[in-house]
Amino acid sequence: MNAQKNTAPLDRYRTMRRIRSFEERVGELFLRGESAGSMLHLSIGEEAVVGVTDAMGDGDTFTTHHRGHGVFLGRGADPARMMAEIGGKADGYCRGKGGSMHIASHALGHLGANAIVGGGIPHVVGAGLTYRNKGTGHVSVAFFGDGAMQQGILYEAMNMAALWRLPVIFCCLNNQYGMGTRIDRAVGKLAFGERAEAFGLQAAHADGTDVEEVHDTAQSLIADARGGKPGFLEISSFRFYGHARMDKSPYRTPEEEEEGRKRDPVLKARERLIESGLGSDADMERIDTKADDEMDAALESAVTASPPPLDTMFEDVFHPDSPAPAPQRDRLRAILTETP
Amino acid sequence: MTAQQTTYREAIRQALLDAMAEDDDVILIGEEVGVYGGAYGVTKGLIDIYGADRVIDSPISEAGIVGAAVGAAMTGLKPVVELMYVDFIGLVMDQLANQAAKSRYMFGGQIEVPMVLRTQGGTGRSAAAQHSQSLEAWMMHTPGLRLCMPATVNDGYHLLRDALRQRDPVCFIEHKGLYTMKGNLDTARADADWGQPAIRRTGGDITIVTYSRMVHEALKAADAMAEQGVEATVIDLRCLNPLDMAPILASVRDTGRAMVVTEAALTGSVASEIAARIGESCFDWLEEPVLRIGGEDIPIPVSPKLEAGSIPDAGLIAETGLWMMRRDTLAWA
Ligand SMILES: Cc1ncc(C[n+]2csc(CCOP(=O)(O)OP(=O)(O)O)c2C)c(N)n1
Ligand SMILES: [Mg+2]
Repeated sequence: MNAQKNTAPLDRYRTMRRIRSFEERVGELFLRGESAGSMLHLSIGEEAVVGVTDAMGDGDTFTTHHRGHGVFLGRGADPARMMAEIGGKADGYCRGKGGSMHIASHALGHLGANAIVGGGIPHVVGAGLTYRNKGTGHVSVAFFGDGAMQQGILYEAMNMAALWRLPVIFCCLNNQYGMGTRIDRAVGKLAFGERAEAFGLQAAHADGTDVEEVHDTAQSLIADARGGKPGFLEISSFRFYGHARMDKSPYRTPEEEEEGRKRDPVLKARERLIESGLGSDADMERIDTKADDEMDAALESAVTASPPPLDTMFEDVFHPDSPAPAPQRDRLRAILTETP
Repeated sequence: MTAQQTTYREAIRQALLDAMAEDDDVILIGEEVGVYGGAYGVTKGLIDIYGADRVIDSPISEAGIVGAAVGAAMTGLKPVVELMYVDFIGLVMDQLANQAAKSRYMFGGQIEVPMVLRTQGGTGRSAAAQHSQSLEAWMMHTPGLRLCMPATVNDGYHLLRDALRQRDPVCFIEHKGLYTMKGNLDTARADADWGQPAIRRTGGDITIVTYSRMVHEALKAADAMAEQGVEATVIDLRCLNPLDMAPILASVRDTGRAMVVTEAALTGSVASEIAARIGESCFDWLEEPVLRIGGEDIPIPVSPKLEAGSIPDAGLIAETGLWMMRRDTLAWA
């Protein structure tokens, strides 16, 4: 064994493979009728985001869009609790209140997945203010899709980040599509990085099939951001499947899908690791099997987990020290039983 | 033949189709309204008929597209904006409430904004807190903005046609749980005139006032109550604002009991407004307090069990109605 061997790429592969496996099982959860709803957005094809999550440190925070399972797993999420949340179960990260589109974990720096396109982006500006004023050295990263590049709030946020020199990264996961609209049908000019530069941000692009390139790029941007030089990173990939679990993508051709799915960051990382001698075929098999087993277990535990008790719906609306909203049956009972 | 069985979705689509055929100025603009045919399929195929200049796929820029619609309406087009979910109304509220709704007034009647904002809301799909709301009260609170919400297939057609005849901005809110509902569409005959509620069922004991999907829960509840010998009138608001209250007040003066039902969070809701109006005008005729039934005052949870438990259904409406008649005791009282 070579003690100097850099195992980080192998770890990144492992995380990517776990994401792939997790997302496949989210699809299964839906098919088994065990998901809370069908608004399940899989990040298959976008696993190289691990290059960014791996470049972040303890205490760093982030927000994601609706396709954020991979990002969160990259930041150390427990897949069983994630799957439970996606099933709307009490053991989920958000107690079955949020679901796939609203997973969060304050403890792990996840300030929230958002179902409003662009909704979570400005929060990292605020987090950046916190870290600047308190001098914590942390950075906050907004993950969002190419669709959010067309929301005005992104540009308000970019300008403030640049103006106030905040430790912030805007990370655009460009999977070429926003629902059924390919990106070239949504923008007049495709050069996203130029937009960021126009606001005074440092912009970079990375190939989303190459997790190591993503990692190197992210590492340097994040280091600069910690020093008060906010950045923008575009990672280009291909959305392998439909927008949500039900969407069969009738708006694109099978040929386009077949070509697109060749841009597979997980497969590419695997091949590279074997080529470079960092892992043998057998090593990779072991990693893959372990990932699948782990995610099988997460799926089963989510299926058997309990739904939240009905009256928990009134919890978390306000701070627990103040009274929860009263159930309407209480109000009706009071009205109908009151006598002068 | 003007009458046919069709779905709520198809009826709304038919209204767009007919309006666009009659008037070249009618355009559609929104996310996925063209090639994709609308997130809920309402605009399917329209781009093939009317082309990309009239059925416009927009970027994900809600504030911008509603603002653009305002400008188009000011200058001679008749835009129908599709806002994919009413939950996104926060992004467009300035353009809607400060621009579209106030232009006629602020500019002394010179500038009008005849546009329709089509959107959909409501629960039932475990779509969670940001994709399940019923936010009509936000719009009803805005003078200058017209608001209608179809509950039936026929209204899906006629309210949209009527909305497009207005010279003011109109919010037209569909319910995501009704798109596949079948019903009768008679393109030659509306259920009621624009601005009028529709009486969906007549009974002399209690008046249930509601709108959108809750009309169907109220009708189910009325059937259940009828089995106990209690006859309910069910009134569908249709046009929430402005609204002719006269038929509602007349019914309550007749029955002496009123219940107002909404799917929205109850506090500050449309039901609260309607109940207040009934209370003001029917005080001397009322046998019981005007009761409001609505969604719990919470965000919509994703868990199907919690989601369903947080909004009213026929069971709750019937129980409460029977209790008001004192023919039954509340199971939970
Ligand atoms: C403000 C807002 N507008 C529209 C939507 C509906 N919607 C959900 S995801 C989506 C496409 C987003 O595309 P992109 O940002 O590229 O993310 P991706 O789904 O490709 O990961 C749209 C239009 C939404 N959720 N929020
Ligand atoms: Mg995208």
